[in-house]
Amino acid sequence: MSVVLNSGEISRALRRISHEILEKNHGSENLLLLGIPTRGAYLSRRIAGAISEIEKTELESGTLDITMYRDDLRLKAPRTLLPTSIPGGSIDGKDVVLIDDVFYSGRTIRAALDALNELGRPKSVQLAVLIDRGHRELPIRADFVGKNIPTAKEESVRVHLTEIDSLDEVLIEGRSQ
Amino acid sequence: MKHLLSISDLSKDQAIEILDTASELARLSEGAVKKFPTLRGRTVVNLFFEDSTRTRISFEAAAKRLSADVINFAAKGSSVSKGESLKDTALTLQAMGADAVVIRHGASGAAHQLAKQEWMKGVVINAGDGTHEHPTQALLDAFTIRRHLKSNKGDLSGVKVGIIGDILHSRVARSNILLLKKLGAEVVLIAPPTLIPVGVSDWQVGVSYSLDDEIKSLDVVMALRVQKERMSDLYFPTEREYARGYGLNSERMKQMKAKSIVMHPGPMNRGLEISAESADSQRSVIVEQVANGVSVRMAVLYLLLGGATFKELASSGESM
Repeated sequence: MSVVLNSGEISRALRRISHEILEKNHGSENLLLLGIPTRGAYLSRRIAGAISEIEKTELESGTLDITMYRDDLRLKAPRTLLPTSIPGGSIDGKDVVLIDDVFYSGRTIRAALDALNELGRPKSVQLAVLIDRGHRELPIRADFVGKNIPTAKEESVRVHLTEIDSLDEVLIEGRSQ
Repeated sequence: MKHLLSISDLSKDQAIEILDTASELARLSEGAVKKFPTLRGRTVVNLFFEDSTRTRISFEAAAKRLSADVINFAAKGSSVSKGESLKDTALTLQAMGADAVVIRHGASGAAHQLAKQEWMKGVVINAGDGTHEHPTQALLDAFTIRRHLKSNKGDLSGVKVGIIGDILHSRVARSNILLLKKLGAEVVLIAPPTLIPVGVSDWQVGVSYSLDDEIKSLDVVMALRVQKERMSDLYFPTEREYARGYGLNSERMKQMKAKSIVMHPGPMNRGLEISAESADSQRSVIVEQVANGVSVRMAVLYLLLGGATFKELASSGESM
């Protein structure tokens, strides 16, 4: 088990992503940040906090649960539903930024796009992730990446956040030394 | 959880998981999303041997909102003996590829029979069997109570529920007692002695013969339907006398606590167990119970069918 990002690196990465989101969208007026629970929701809240600080505004962050739209539901026991909350109530016409912790096969994001499609018609959808570990199975890419970490499929990437795990760090497990 | 046959099969945590799932689904359904792709390709059969409007429609709406295919199988009028017809029906449903069967039957234990015999592979959901149980009604009642009195979270500890009327014939009462007690609520049964079942002392609930004594302390007043079709014997002298002693009316409602609510599983006999003013009052959540029924049944269908079903997991060697 090795640490690939420590607490300081995580907060610098999130700060950089916040700046990049602002740069690409020319400010925060039309932004809607939606974190994918569990950990994406916490990351989204942190990025919203950073953007609010930089822009001197109050940017809220929402959550988008994608459980009902997964393509692997039939392979596992039913999963508990997690909260969906859309600040302002609507995604129509917004520049939506989806936020997740680890970007892997791309299937989570495909499900998220389906979920968004049911909710309305955003102006654009962008994707921010803390870790991109490769091995995409679908033609989906991220707009904002905290860190690219090449991995083997046997390895697993664990993101720990203080909100639920007592400290901030990103680990890789199962890497042969 | 493989089937939903009785509240006693559920643990407290499982019951709360169903309520939490239902509240998330209710919230999503209030917004733009009315339909989910989750059960696409699954077939749900409504197998109703007894009359029902709201339960059948509620299950149908729930299944359709999850994109399942629904087949309504009205078995009423079948003259074959019960055991045999149930088996043949089950074999037919298996041949049609039913993933879930929602069964209502006049015989207590019918759902259990369907689930335990290896006639079919699908999930069985009990939608009322004789005078035994009606678990989804209890779940939607608990959901409604939790929404009004416990901010939609956790269990029902500290809530006092009075169940009034025909306890003897009521599967709704039986499932409700089991679930409310499991969730930590205090339950008191209020009925004339003739409508209280023998052996009620084992249920660990309060029993009272006077609604006027109890109504001041109740958080939830749950009136049950007087089941006239089962009332050939004389359980009480006249309907007017029953209404005077146990009917909910505006006089009695003045005695209720400030935030307490009025419930009824429907269909109502207006003027008998509940007066029209009470049924339509601000405290009444009777219409909301119907709406919540759809969310709760969606949650049950999702939790039983949304993932790999028990059989599919067993055959792939994974554990739940």
